[in-house]
Amino acid sequence: MSILVSKHTKVLVQGITGGEGSFHTHQMIEYGTRIVAGVTPGRGGEKFNGNVPVFNTVEEAVNRTEANASVIFVPASFAADAVLEAAAGGLDLVVCITEGIPTLDMVRVKRFLEGRRTRLIGPNCPGVITPGACKLGIMPGFIHKPGRVGVVSRSGTLTYEAVWQLTERGIGQSTCIGIGGDPVVGTTHLDALKLFNDDPDTDVVLMIGEIGGTAEEEAAAYAKEHMDKPVVAFIAGRTAPPGRRMGHAGAIISGGVGTAQSKIEFLRSAGVTVAESPAEIGQVLATVL
Amino acid sequence: MKIHEYQAKQILKTFGVPVPAGEPCTSSGQVAELGAKLAEAGKPLVVKAQIHAGGRGKGGGIKLVKTVQEAVSAARQLLGSKLITPQTGPEGRLVSRILVEQGINIESELYAGITFDRATIRDVFMVSTEGGVEIEKVAAKTPEKIHKEYIDPIFGINTYQARSLAYKLNLAPEVTKEATKVFLRLYAAYRAKEASLAEINPLVVTGEGTVLALDAKMNFDDNALFRQKEVAAMRDPGEEDPLEREANEFGLNYIKLNGNVGCMVNGAGLAMATMDIIKQTGGEPANFLDVGGGANVETIGNGFRIICKDPNVGAVLINIFGGIVRCDRVASGVVEALGNLQIDMPVVVRLQGTNAEDGKRIIEEAELGFRWADTFKQAAQMAVQAASSGIPGGAR
Repeated sequence: MSILVSKHTKVLVQGITGGEGSFHTHQMIEYGTRIVAGVTPGRGGEKFNGNVPVFNTVEEAVNRTEANASVIFVPASFAADAVLEAAAGGLDLVVCITEGIPTLDMVRVKRFLEGRRTRLIGPNCPGVITPGACKLGIMPGFIHKPGRVGVVSRSGTLTYEAVWQLTERGIGQSTCIGIGGDPVVGTTHLDALKLFNDDPDTDVVLMIGEIGGTAEEEAAAYAKEHMDKPVVAFIAGRTAPPGRRMGHAGAIISGGVGTAQSKIEFLRSAGVTVAESPAEIGQVLATVL
Repeated sequence: MKIHEYQAKQILKTFGVPVPAGEPCTSSGQVAELGAKLAEAGKPLVVKAQIHAGGRGKGGGIKLVKTVQEAVSAARQLLGSKLITPQTGPEGRLVSRILVEQGINIESELYAGITFDRATIRDVFMVSTEGGVEIEKVAAKTPEKIHKEYIDPIFGINTYQARSLAYKLNLAPEVTKEATKVFLRLYAAYRAKEASLAEINPLVVTGEGTVLALDAKMNFDDNALFRQKEVAAMRDPGEEDPLEREANEFGLNYIKLNGNVGCMVNGAGLAMATMDIIKQTGGEPANFLDVGGGANVETIGNGFRIICKDPNVGAVLINIFGGIVRCDRVASGVVEALGNLQIDMPVVVRLQGTNAEDGKRIIEEAELGFRWADTFKQAAQMAVQAASSGIPGGAR
């Protein structure tokens, strides 16, 4: 097993006819993901790739295909609305790849999701993958290998780097979640740790964090109290200057909060094994297996 | 995005927050004209340098003067000068605009500020009786002197919250009412403009019993600028590092730092990690540069040109994880983008992902003098060593 997605997940793609959306839909299909529908307002009735029906609304797509998960590739100014539509459609899981959504829009999304069944991953994230079974996102599938390490990260390529270090050592992954680099995200490090803790097929969790906010600390506090599985971490941004946004909207040290050093110290005090160097993430993880 | 004090005060004023009478000036002639309008018998004038950095008072960027003549000479001194404050770094910031205001009869100095709290996903409104000093210092030394209200931005601020904050400041009853109004209006401005920070420090109580923003600072959510056109128009490119501005025009995320190892990386997290490993290897990164997850010929070429414009750079490390775009394609992109440039410094290339061996072959067969690194650690070591030895390795 795994968390969030499996080979049974039936996926619809919001923004399937756009450049990014269509490119990555092909990649997902190639990986073996069950893409059952696409949604692009105004393009209903078309077929994507000759066999994937395109609908005008999520509601229609869900009624006709029983899709239970969605991945969103629509532009930033419309993306929050796409998440709301997916949640209103009753999907279990929504992965929002889009970068650049205003914080206020994301606060609205968070309030809307309260009390609903829908789990949001992202935005501004690579998505989620259960190796060998289902890929919902833009990560390169071939770097992954089925196994028993759960991976959660705020970053894209740094996650690929870490996953590749694992795969090269023959260490497989149960599920890898890119939660996204924005200040407000649907699923946090803490949420992911809870899911992995309850997953019988995850033995170890690798948490990749970065400067900004206190999400890694909140997750580590939970791990200390409630987890018997080891947690290994890496925190990027030791050399980042305060007050500067390091690419990701959420990667900023403000008011002295969110430095790499303070996170690393907190994580260590909570019993998390922290890799010092980004080149040694795989090596350090191997020591706790 | 940051704006100047005078711009923040313009915004606050339109939302009904009282600010001192005054206007921005770019020449001493303007100061003379404006000074004559503002001057009232017995009241001083204030001349304030407009730069995007705090600590201006400590750096001599705020001058209290008694006459229009003194205001003009203060303006002459400041305009065109480099102001050095605790936040500008030793190189200082060019002053090209000053704010001239009427002096205020100050009774007491308070603090009011709003920012977004990621942990609660709410705005946090903070007030304190300790105005006029750095709020971080107050928070560290006497946290009990900071009073907070959490506000759900979807509902907005409730009047009782503003009133509750005002009562915590132990003001006279009439002043408490004024402060309540100011807090409601400050939040309205913050929320309507999608600010990420709105700060009045100090918020002063005047001898006349009014409440007024003596200073003002606002930062904004960059992601919301597409619909905040008035705010976006307040951007001052003169305050940005020229290389960062140029990178921005190419759609690249570049931040100039002080080291000598230039780095070009795809993805923000990996870019930060690359800076970290350079430091751990005994070097100093010259920049943060994320060329985007895909890394194509155009972004690699533009990124490289920007890195090389920084005179401190002694070597460049290209660290790219070939994801869906595989390493052989990335390597061809590097060769195509950089093959025609005159490069007189060492370049270390590390590509990881599938087809890395093909990538290595392409880089080596191009005979550009680039050094191939097999591992992340080795790449950092080679780049740090090359930058410190200063021996050009990529010259042709």
